[in-house]
Amino acid sequence: MDFLGVPFPVFAGQLLIGLINGAFYAVLSLGLALIFGLLNIVNFAHGALYMVGAFVAFLLLDILGIGYWPALIISPIIVGCFGMLIERFLLRPIADLDHLYGLLLTFGLALLLEGAFRQVYGASGETYAIPAALQGGFNLGFMFLPTYRAWVIVAAAVVCGATWFLIERTRLGATMRAAVENADLVRAFGVNVPLLVTLTYGLGVALAAFAGVLAAPIYSVNPLMGSNIIIVVFAIVVIGGLGSIKGAILSGFMLGVFEGLTRVYYPEASNIVIFVVMAIVLVVRPAGLFGKTA
Amino acid sequence: MSDMSKTDSMAKPASAAGTAPPPKAGILGDVRLWAAIGLVALLIMPHYVYPVMIAKVLCFALFAAAFNLLLGFAGLLSFGHAAFFGMSAYVTGYCLQSLGLTAELGILAGTATGALLGLLMGLLAIRRQGIYFAMITLALSQMVYFVALQAPFTGGEDGLQGVPRRPLFGVVDMTSNMNVYYLTLAIFCLGLFIVYRTVHSPFGQVLKSIRENEPRAISLGYDADRYKLMAFVISAALAGLAGSTKVMIFQLASLTDIQWQMSGEVVLMAVLGGIGTMLGPIVGATIIITLQNELAQVGSVSTIVQGAVFVFCVLAFRRGIVGEISHWIARWRGRS
Repeated sequence: MDFLGVPFPVFAGQLLIGLINGAFYAVLSLGLALIFGLLNIVNFAHGALYMVGAFVAFLLLDILGIGYWPALIISPIIVGCFGMLIERFLLRPIADLDHLYGLLLTFGLALLLEGAFRQVYGASGETYAIPAALQGGFNLGFMFLPTYRAWVIVAAAVVCGATWFLIERTRLGATMRAAVENADLVRAFGVNVPLLVTLTYGLGVALAAFAGVLAAPIYSVNPLMGSNIIIVVFAIVVIGGLGSIKGAILSGFMLGVFEGLTRVYYPEASNIVIFVVMAIVLVVRPAGLFGKTA
Repeated sequence: MSDMSKTDSMAKPASAAGTAPPPKAGILGDVRLWAAIGLVALLIMPHYVYPVMIAKVLCFALFAAAFNLLLGFAGLLSFGHAAFFGMSAYVTGYCLQSLGLTAELGILAGTATGALLGLLMGLLAIRRQGIYFAMITLALSQMVYFVALQAPFTGGEDGLQGVPRRPLFGVVDMTSNMNVYYLTLAIFCLGLFIVYRTVHSPFGQVLKSIRENEPRAISLGYDADRYKLMAFVISAALAGLAGSTKVMIFQLASLTDIQWQMSGEVVLMAVLGGIGTMLGPIVGATIIITLQNELAQVGSVSTIVQGAVFVFCVLAFRRGIVGEISHWIARWRGRS
């Protein structure tokens, strides 16, 4: 059974991998967009914190015997709190400077975290078992769908949807959006904007840690896992524009799938296809697909 | 663009330092005097210190100066300079090893590669500003990295090893470390002179005006994008020159030269030394290279220290070493 020139199981398999990668891209670029909205910085440490999220899950299991399901909640909370400390004590003092300083500082943090974990755990990485409830898979007739992979896509989609709902449909989200538009005015209404900024950074970072826990059973828990993915996510963010929550989620999933399809038809280019798309978007529509301003 | 309207622009803290010497600087502020002293020191030094080590520092100082030309004087933060450095290294290595070209042709080919790559990347990257510019250059350089990983002429994971040091102009022997050192020194001086001339020319003044207030520069009739692109190409070409020189020194071109970590390192050298100063990149490169050599045996400690230095510089030391010293001198002069 052929589909668009390749056997259908091959096509569907790569589509699935694309969707899974897209799920991680979406959750990570969503966090970046959240942070960018209120802090106006690009969080270079995002990939490193994603890695830390995976490691916290691994350590919870290894040291305390806490399993996957609690770790899915606990790890983002721990990393989120860590993120709030970073915001409060490192990013706030430089908030009024050129935003490039924020980029440099978070880049330094990424090096620090990555170097520290590599020093302790080496570059080879640790394995994390798939939880019992999600082992096995379904036979769809044309392909085998591992349960855990389906779960990753569903979980990421639900978390993205929930974050979107929080920002776009709740009172807290409305306050946050107002603070993005005009922080001084919101402050004049009695809202504690600095606290809001800290919480937003914590939330964005928690999302990265959540993605890290999701990724732990699929990829090995590896100190370098963050820097490998974050540059791709940056390209996705340039393509989608950091302006909108919906744009970040959609472009994450779309480009993941696109990358998967490239692996079917022209595997040599699958590493660079997202960067090529970025270059084309920059020529055709410099502000990004969903972006408002440059 | 909104970035630039902020109170503390990226390169401002050092603007007092790297530009023309202050009017009443006296003999201590004479650039030529200091340049002469430095040159004499560098001419003598290889007789006392291992020449390959100083050559490495000079090579990276040139790389950092090229990067600093862009960040310090045009206000553009590139996170992709490893692409120029690394790809030029590959091209030079290939020219020397497989095509059997002489040293100067190999280095020229590498530099041209840097310039061409800079033109292509610059055309795309200058379409966006500030942090987007940084992200785009990073992403494009990662693309170059993957190309280098898969292309046949780069040797993949192994890189190009044992690249022969072919004679300069076909006559001057380059096999001794001493000769390679003096070649590196000559290239370094040439590169630094180009940076100096670029910064202190009408072109450099326009760049600075674009950095400080782009809409105003445009309203005065300057084509800001063309100036930025030109600065990007010059910077990329010089980074390529540094990469080509590196191959002559180490006879090696590898993926390390082209990875994003290398881009981060050169940013750190410039930030630590002092953004927008002439001497800053040299000081920064010297410190970082020495640090790496000292910490090379202890795993990832070098990465950790580099990260910590980054955070410290941004939080408390934004002028960098040279910028800070110039600032003190200027204050001391103002008081007396």
